[in-house]
Amino acid sequence: MRVSEDRTSAASFADLALPLFDQLYNFAHWLTQDRAEAEDLVQETYARALRGFSSFHAGTNFQAWIYRILRNSFLNSRAGLKVTVVIDEEGGDAVPAVSSTPESLLIDQATHEMVQQALETLPVHFREILLLCDVEDMSYKEIAETLSIPAGTVMSRLSRARKALRIALSEKMQGGGRGL
Amino acid sequence: MACNEWRDKLDSYVDGELMSSEAATLGAHLRSCAECAADGLQRVQMKRAVQVAGKRYEPSVDLRNKITKSIEVKSHRGIAAKWKFVLIPALGLLAVAFLLTSYLGSARAEQQRVYSELADLHVATLASSTQVDVLSTDRHTVKPWFQGKVPFTFNLPDLPGSEFSLLGGRVAYLEQVSGAHLIYQVRKHEISVFIFPDREGAMRSLSSGTANAASFNLQTWTKNGLRYFVIGDASGEDIKTLGRLLQNAG
Repeated sequence: MRVSEDRTSAASFADLALPLFDQLYNFAHWLTQDRAEAEDLVQETYARALRGFSSFHAGTNFQAWIYRILRNSFLNSRAGLKVTVVIDEEGGDAVPAVSSTPESLLIDQATHEMVQQALETLPVHFREILLLCDVEDMSYKEIAETLSIPAGTVMSRLSRARKALRIALSEKMQGGGRGL
Repeated sequence: MACNEWRDKLDSYVDGELMSSEAATLGAHLRSCAECAADGLQRVQMKRAVQVAGKRYEPSVDLRNKITKSIEVKSHRGIAAKWKFVLIPALGLLAVAFLLTSYLGSARAEQQRVYSELADLHVATLASSTQVDVLSTDRHTVKPWFQGKVPFTFNLPDLPGSEFSLLGGRVAYLEQVSGAHLIYQVRKHEISVFIFPDREGAMRSLSSGTANAASFNLQTWTKNGLRYFVIGDASGEDIKTLGRLLQNAG
């Protein structure tokens, strides 16, 4: 959601922020894994965004801006304090290169619920980047802005997140039933 | 280009992030290489699976109403505020005086808001089971840990001989700006030290000195482009002493 300066001056905060309500809530719930905490987080995000709207630069990306507020509020929250911020990308989570289920079978046989459960098991920094890229359809540049990381890191973290998801999915399928 | 090099670019291709010329070349390769094409297809399927599975949680009607209402109330206040400026010519000096007073009031309110936020951060961190991300009493361990995590560097005091001890540190966010959060202890009291870039956001409008925020003692100052805050339930004297140690560090 990139808005021109002219439009921003005319557009009120509500015009920009309210259309994002459903997706912000979905993202908040994925981060916190709890309805009450997600509701608190969304309310805090809107309150902070409204207070800081004057610092939002017209012509820049509103969606990335408000998602950054939500994510930083999460990291400062009680739930977020349990999450370690991942900075050292190269020495980060070791993800095995191959999963034991052939790729071709993996996606075909995975149910909707299995993908959700696999996403749940991922560390927050993998879960959030997959959601921003695949669900929110953000560009790498927008993800970099939202997470305050370099674009190169977006690519490497995404790649590791996808590998981790494949492995988690494969484990789900081996552990649980394969009923479709 | 070898297949493994193409495969490194498949994620970017599927995400629509390759330059058009590179995407066209990769597209041509996929049409001629069954293995890479199969790999690409699986990545597309995985992306779609996440896209669908990721849209999982729906907000309650209550929350929607609450948010909408809170925004509308604030917006109306905003409209009312604009009228002040329309009336300036008519109200003359009286209005100027009024605006000056309200500006100073809003600057103070802004300062209190930042202090409250820091008090919240201090309390939330102490209540958390994992108070710090780097657990060390050694400043030579804690300071380098922040390298690459916050957009500045800072010095920490050497504390042997003093009553203060360093417990550790973590990254904190204030007004969407990342900064360093250090936790010190003095006689069972935990004290938070926050360091943020001084020129960012709300930090610019703050004045230095001591204050009280949510019953916590607080001291703030700037040094080398950084804004420091020391906050805790320790005595005002302890807060000032730790402040002095930090100001004299390095």
